[in-house]
Amino acid sequence: MGEEEGGHSPNPNSKVTWEGCSVLLDINGGDRLVFARLSPAASLKIGDKKCSLQPLVGCPFGSLFQVETGPKGAHLVLVSSPASSSPGMTEGMDPQEKNDGKLKGDEKDNRALIDDNRAQNLTGEDIDAMRRCGASGDEIIEALISNSSTFEKKTVFSQEKYKLKKQKKYAPKVLLRRPFTRSICEAYFKKYPSRIGFLRVDTLSLLLSMANVGAYSDVLVVDMVGGILTGAVAERLGGTGYVCCTYPGSAPYSIDIVRMFNFSSEICSRIVQTSSSSLLSAQDGDDEDDSSSDPPSNKDNGSMISSDEQSKKSTTDGSPVPVPTSVVNAPPTKKSVNPGMPASPDAIKLWKRRGFSSLIVAAPDMDAWSMVDELLPLLSYSSPFAFYHQYLQPLATCMHRLQTEKKAVALQVSESWLREYQVLPSRTHPHMQMSGSGGYILSGTRIFDS
Amino acid sequence: MLSADQEKQNSFQRRICEGDLVIVYERHDAMKPVTVRAGSELQNRFGVFKHSDWIGMPFGCKVLSNKGSFVYLLAPTPQLWTLVLSHRTQILYIADISFVVSFLEVVPGCVVLESGTGSGSLTTSLARAVAPFGHVYTFDFHEQRAASAREDFERNGLTRFITVSVRDTQGEGFPEEFCGKADSVFLDLPQPWLAVPSSGKMLKPDGVLCSFSPCIEQVQRSCEALTTNFTDVRTFEVLLRTYEVRDVKFGSLGGDGSGGAVRKPPCKRKNRPSSDEENNGSMERSTSTVMAKPCPETRGHTGFLTFARLRCS
Repeated sequence: MGEEEGGHSPNPNSKVTWEGCSVLLDINGGDRLVFARLSPAASLKIGDKKCSLQPLVGCPFGSLFQVETGPKGAHLVLVSSPASSSPGMTEGMDPQEKNDGKLKGDEKDNRALIDDNRAQNLTGEDIDAMRRCGASGDEIIEALISNSSTFEKKTVFSQEKYKLKKQKKYAPKVLLRRPFTRSICEAYFKKYPSRIGFLRVDTLSLLLSMANVGAYSDVLVVDMVGGILTGAVAERLGGTGYVCCTYPGSAPYSIDIVRMFNFSSEICSRIVQTSSSSLLSAQDGDDEDDSSSDPPSNKDNGSMISSDEQSKKSTTDGSPVPVPTSVVNAPPTKKSVNPGMPASPDAIKLWKRRGFSSLIVAAPDMDAWSMVDELLPLLSYSSPFAFYHQYLQPLATCMHRLQTEKKAVALQVSESWLREYQVLPSRTHPHMQMSGSGGYILSGTRIFDS
Repeated sequence: MLSADQEKQNSFQRRICEGDLVIVYERHDAMKPVTVRAGSELQNRFGVFKHSDWIGMPFGCKVLSNKGSFVYLLAPTPQLWTLVLSHRTQILYIADISFVVSFLEVVPGCVVLESGTGSGSLTTSLARAVAPFGHVYTFDFHEQRAASAREDFERNGLTRFITVSVRDTQGEGFPEEFCGKADSVFLDLPQPWLAVPSSGKMLKPDGVLCSFSPCIEQVQRSCEALTTNFTDVRTFEVLLRTYEVRDVKFGSLGGDGSGGAVRKPPCKRKNRPSSDEENNGSMERSTSTVMAKPCPETRGHTGFLTFARLRCS
């Protein structure tokens, strides 16, 4: 299935993978996040072993796999119950150990532990020998535990930690995830925050809410954050309305991250690009009869795309997968619609006449005010906008000018604060490390300036 | 909201019509929803506004009262609705709402179950996220509250996307007809752990659940209940910090030797345009800078958000 679609999901909300689909692989409970495309030849290096991704095709998202070393080398095996996989959760513990949130073994502490590197009796050679004899990862872990002179003295919690550490090394687990805005943004923010302009997932979610992105919206976007914003908007539109990515000058920005989403051709066709100068210079259609002309959306799917023009992509197909992996990518099949085709002149004219229904700008390298000044007139009256910036000052200046020039109301500069918690019986507390900043947002609503 | 009809969508051509819901904007913290009726009037501290004056005006326009004061008329959005709705219960605000919608992976076409409906603040945003093909089924055990929420959704034109039912989901669970049909489930209940087993039945494999609880003890019990069928259990707290932006003028030392600089108090943007320099020539060499600082009063806690995924068996 999906062959003629070239990697586009046959069902936009499919719960099962298909050949050519984009997946997010979570290795060892978030230690490593890798985007991959499930092409027949795709493989992934985990630890020092290369595993084919073929076993993942046709599996439900959420499936858990474990690396097993067999006679033909390492391969991924579906784990039937991922019960003991969640790090730090109570599910790995014996039930009798958690009564009313109190743990037996609470009286233990670390007074008897001496850090002299002599606790483990098994040597590296012993482990290699076990492996050669075909021992599974789980068997090696058992052996390590029974040969540890300190394991019994550890608290239950640190025994858990020890097991988990060994499991990660000797029996790595791979969780199959469907890439959504949430997971893509989280993965980038964790590994390559600069590629998405340090835009954290909670901030991105706020941008979408504040700009009122929903079905049938025509959203004007300046995406200098790799395409995460464009993808997030397109995901919310679900094949209705349009995401119009605009850019100053002649070359569009890369929106490669859009390819991580499993967008249908329908959704891809709703992502178009055009230069800000062509938007601004478009002939104003004010003289035309408003009601008679055909609306662009909801009628003719392909009408907004000038199909003769090839998408001028600013980047090559070199490394669309951002996280370094050994995954081989299937080239996009010819029949699929590429996201980011140039917007048709008719569409531009129509937007000029009706105005966009939202405006979102994430342009860390541009002067915020000049963007606002130029693009705000393209936004219809009473429509909301949201500008993202990694720094506070440009947004403050921008807000001040918008107030002075009375172009907008409900102006607000805000910052989202996000804290994750460890929740465990008797050991609940915020995470020791957290992100200190997810960026700032200036939001507001354009008013009618007669 | 969310109309497929071009006439009802925001555009330069759109005009306020009889029966439209408008958000009357006085200030960022003073807004009111009003349904436009030709014979009606709006009275507030600025005077009397005749609805008939509004009809035919564009959304986003400024309208005058009999005393010459003005307000703006805005088109409703889920975000504005959250700010103006009548609080029949404690509600979710935009930071939590946005995060919940993203983390529940709600996209057009999804089926979402929610309990309780409360004042419908989150429901309105969920509807925006599932439109145009999906649906939100929301449950509240309070009959009157469910009825009021239903009226609100009607007023906002969202009935195509939302069904409100009266049900005690803590006691009875969700209706069997939704078994294995929900993409996401949202719980805002005093004892969410009681609804966790039923939520697990309703969700499709790998579906996401979110539970919102103000107290950590609730979170603790919910997380314990989640260990049986769920994986990827994560708890967050999300808050919005807003900033005050002002044009601050500083005097500087060594101006004209008239005894140092005069430090004027920072002027509040709203009251004064940039006319200070012209009117007040006596001000020593002052420099003015736009600066931002966090608002002194802020919400310190809303609730903990616990997310979990139904385990694939």
